[in-house]
Parts: sequence; structure tokens; C-alpha cells
Amino acid sequence: MTTYALPFEKPIVELEKKVQDLRSFSQNQDIDVSQEIEQMQQKIDDTRRDIYGHLTPWQKVQVARHPTRPYPIDYISNFSPEFLELHGDRLFADDHAIVGGFGKIADKKVLFIGTCKGRDTKSNLKCNFGCAYPEGYRKALRLMKLAAKFNLPIVTFIDTPGAFPGVESEERHIAEAIAVNLRESFTLPVPIVVVITGEGGSGGALGIGIGNRVLILEHSYYSVISPEGCAAILWKDRAFADKAAEALHLTSDALLEMKLVDEIIPEPVGGAHSDYEAVFENMKNAILRNLEELQELSTEELMQQRYEKFRAMGVFEEPEVKKKK
Amino acid sequence: MPFFRKRTQSTLKVRKRDIPHGLWLKCPSCNEIIFKRELDKALGVCPKCEHHFQLDRDARLTMLIEPDTFEEWDSELCSLDPLEFTGTASYSSKLEQNMKKTGHKDAITCGRAKMGEYPVAIGVMDFQFLGASMGSVVGEKVTRLIERGTEERLPVIISCASGGARMYEGMYSLMQMAKTSAALARHAAAGLLYIPVLTHPTTAGVMASYATLGDVIIAEPDALIGFAGPRVIKETTQQDLPEGFQRSEFLLEHGLLDAIVHRKNLKQTLIQMLEFTSAT
Repeated sequence: MTTYALPFEKPIVELEKKVQDLRSFSQNQDIDVSQEIEQMQQKIDDTRRDIYGHLTPWQKVQVARHPTRPYPIDYISNFSPEFLELHGDRLFADDHAIVGGFGKIADKKVLFIGTCKGRDTKSNLKCNFGCAYPEGYRKALRLMKLAAKFNLPIVTFIDTPGAFPGVESEERHIAEAIAVNLRESFTLPVPIVVVITGEGGSGGALGIGIGNRVLILEHSYYSVISPEGCAAILWKDRAFADKAAEALHLTSDALLEMKLVDEIIPEPVGGAHSDYEAVFENMKNAILRNLEELQELSTEELMQQRYEKFRAMGVFEEPEVKKKK
Repeated sequence: MPFFRKRTQSTLKVRKRDIPHGLWLKCPSCNEIIFKRELDKALGVCPKCEHHFQLDRDARLTMLIEPDTFEEWDSELCSLDPLEFTGTASYSSKLEQNMKKTGHKDAITCGRAKMGEYPVAIGVMDFQFLGASMGSVVGEKVTRLIERGTEERLPVIISCASGGARMYEGMYSLMQMAKTSAALARHAAAGLLYIPVLTHPTTAGVMASYATLGDVIIAEPDALIGFAGPRVIKETTQQDLPEGFQRSEFLLEHGLLDAIVHRKNLKQTLIQMLEFTSAT
């Protein structure tokens, strides 16, 4: 049962409340209503299936931002109880918006990197709501190079609104930190699997988003600009975010169709937040399968595949006549 | 020489630096009325206050390279509208307008040229074309420029100016950051020189990819350079922005830039860099 309901989940919440009322009524009056409850439960399932089967892009963005959605650290802790976190960029600070360290996934040694939003006010502030400073990206790169040195595959989980737009970020060159990560990610001789688990906020996501495989959880989004930001530019009003979300083609199925992601990891009906165990299982299987496939490639093939994958992205027109080479 | 005198204006003010098509025009920085021909002769730098006006690609190329040495590459690449993006106006109509306005197919011109005696692969971005935003065409042309530079063992020089990734192409635009950076990884591995020249303004997606990946990073005076726009930062953090925030001088002080170079010395400085890093 969800404690936080999105606007479009209201019908589900209402039905759930009715079930609860029925239950307490039956307890008080000692009347058997199990049949009614069963019917209601069926109706809840149908309603949920119906709602989640027809989510608009903007609704998906809201699911991706759901406060009880499993976060990267939840996947890491679930897969790897022995996760050994490593701190700091060795240059300035330890950014809590990005965590990383040694871990395992089904006994396979990997290096995990993930963004961190925090669950409550205190941890939200500590993690800066998942918006990393330059030191977060520099820590990630340091750890990726560590993985390369010890031949560990890298698995990154991304759920960030974006890199932090602040004075300190600029003073310490957030753009350079992201750019260097992009460039260096193409020189790493180990398999990299990237998973967008919630929000894929522009350059802040891409900064740890270069891999041989880029997977995306079904109701996540990945966008060049936030729908609100886009709406503010185009319609001068953030309230048009729903229109912007549609225009930006930021949903998992749209991205798969454009070949900008490789695979969609399905979520349980009702979203990842409705059933952690189910989504952990789907996620784990998808990552393991991809890691196994990548294990078949040589170092050169891995780097070449990564290069060609991103090299092919983009749509343009080029008249044949003028083509050189 | 006082070419980076402090200004009292807020960084939030948008200043138009395009050179208008009149005989006379007013310097947005010192309000001096300048004869256009005089401004052109001074490479678009205000003779009174040294304010650097924005240059279009032709003026930029002319000032950087040796005459008659330019061989353009990939000039026919043309943007499509893969998302059929429609906001207040459609992307395809914006493209059409900008092509008409600039006489070019997109926001960057690339090719091979000579600077001094040195052959280079050079790209110049043009802010007049949709704010020199980076969509698939800009990304592809930059990538090809770098790849061909690597193949032909040429130094790469890119005169940058950009409002960032081109929103109208959605995630295709964001991925151009990855693509161009990947090409630079190979160019760097081949031991070749890459210099981005940051001009007013260079921001966002271009900043977070090839504009900051230079062996040497050079900027023109008083250019706006940064990742997030000052307004966004102010709105998000409610912070007061420090004086001169995100200007070239600020970034030199904070360690991002190797040098701020006045436009009249730009070509010579680049040639010197080419000389110092050349094998012979």
C-alpha cells in the first residue's frame, strides 16, 4: 500500500480506502465481507493495471520521481549486502550525491556507482537531492579508474534531476568534470553497464552514463532538459511541463525506439515503488545477462563497441553526391 | 592594457553583441557610437572599451586562418526534425528561418586550413544560428572534424560559442556530448593537440563536452562561460552571484582557463601553441 499517492493514482487510493473501511466494518460487526473485499481487490488490480497501462509521458516523469521509488542505493544494498563504499575525489570533498564502491551482484565482483537522493529531509540535504557537485563526478571517475586497474566491471545506477546548478559547482567547474568523465569513460578497458532507474537528468546523468549497455527502468525518463525547464523556455510557464514531457520524447519506449537505450527493464504493475522485490529481481537478471554477454568481448572489442554505440547516435541528412571518403 | 576592465552591469543582463547591419552602431558596453567599418577593421572589438562583439563564422575564420587555405568539410550536413518538435513554433520552421538568415545549413562550419605554416582541422561555431545549439549536425560535424584530424594527424582548433544542447532534438542532442568527447579521447591518445577557444557565450552541453577538453583552453575577454545559466543558478539556489561570475576573468582566476587572449592576439597565440607542440 502506498503512503504517497500521485494525482492520477487517486482512484486506486479511494478503492483501497473502501477496502479498509469494509475490513474495519466487518471486524466491528462480525460480518463476513471477504467476498466483497475480494471483488474490490480485483477492481483495484484492474484499475491499477488500467492506469499504469496508459501513463502519459508526464505521468511517467512523476512515477520516476515518486518519493518511495527504489533508489540506486536500494539496488546496491539488495544485490550486495557486503557493499564496501569508497569515499572522496581526493581533490576537494566527498560528495554524497554520488556513492560508489566494491560490491557483488550474484557473486560477481563489480564496482558500483550510483546517484543518491536521500529519503528524508536530513538525508535529502546531505545528498543535495541527488544533484552532484563536480567532486561527485570526479569521485566517480576515480572509482571507474580503480575498477579498470583491477579489471572489475562497472555498474552505474542513475536517478538524478541533474548536476547541481550553483555557484560552487561553477567555481569548481562542473562542466569540465562531466566532460572529462565522458572522454575518460571511452578509455576504460572493462565492461560498463548503465541503468537509468528514475530520473535521467541531462548532463548530470550522462556524466556517469557512458557504457557498453544502457538499460532503463520502464517508467524512468532520460531527457536533455527537465520538462519544467523546457516549458519555461517554450511557453514561459513551468505549468506546461506535461506538454513539454510529450514533446521531448523522454520515456523509455521512445528512447528505445530512437536506439538511445538498449533495453527496458519492466516494472511491476503500479510502478517500481509498489513492489521492490519484483523490481530487484528484474533488475538483477537484466544486469547479469548483460554483464555475461559483455564478458565475451575482448578489451579492444569492448572499447570499440562503446565508441561505435555512441558514434551512431544522431539524425541528420546528407546528400549522397557530396559525400567524401 | 585595460582590456578586461570591470563592468558594473549585472551578469543577468542579456547583452546583444551581434554586429548589426548599419553604418553606425552603439557599443553595448560603453555606449560609444562606432563606425561599422572601423569595428570590422578592429576584428569586432570596440576601439574605446575593448568590448568583444560576437563574430559570425566568416569573420571568425577570416581572422584566424591564412587566406585561401580553407577547404570546407561536410558542408552539406543538414538537420532533420526527428521528434517533430512543436512548441510555440515548429523546429523545422526555425531551421528554415536560421538557414535563410545565415546562409548556412547549421551552427558550425568545419574544415582544414592553415594557420601560419601549420595545417589544422578547424571548426567555428556561429551563435547566430539558433544560439549555436548542438544538435545532431553540430555533434556529427565536430566528431568528423576530430576523427579526420586524428586520421590526418592534425591539431584540432574549435572556436566555441553555444547556448548548449539543442532542445528540439531531445536526447539525440545530449548524446552528441558523448560522441564528440569519445572522438577527443582518440585524438588525445594519438598525441595530437586540441584547443577550444571559448567566445561569448559558451555554456551548458558544449561546455560539458568538447569546450572543456582542450590540452589548452583559451577564452576571449569577458565571455560568459559556464554550465548552468546565471538565471537558473540564481533561481535554484537563491544565492547572490559573485561579481564577474562566469566571465572569462572569473574562470581564469578559478583555474579553468590557460589564458585570456585579446582577439587581436588570438591567431598569433594559437600559432605559438601550434609551434610549441609541433614535432619539429
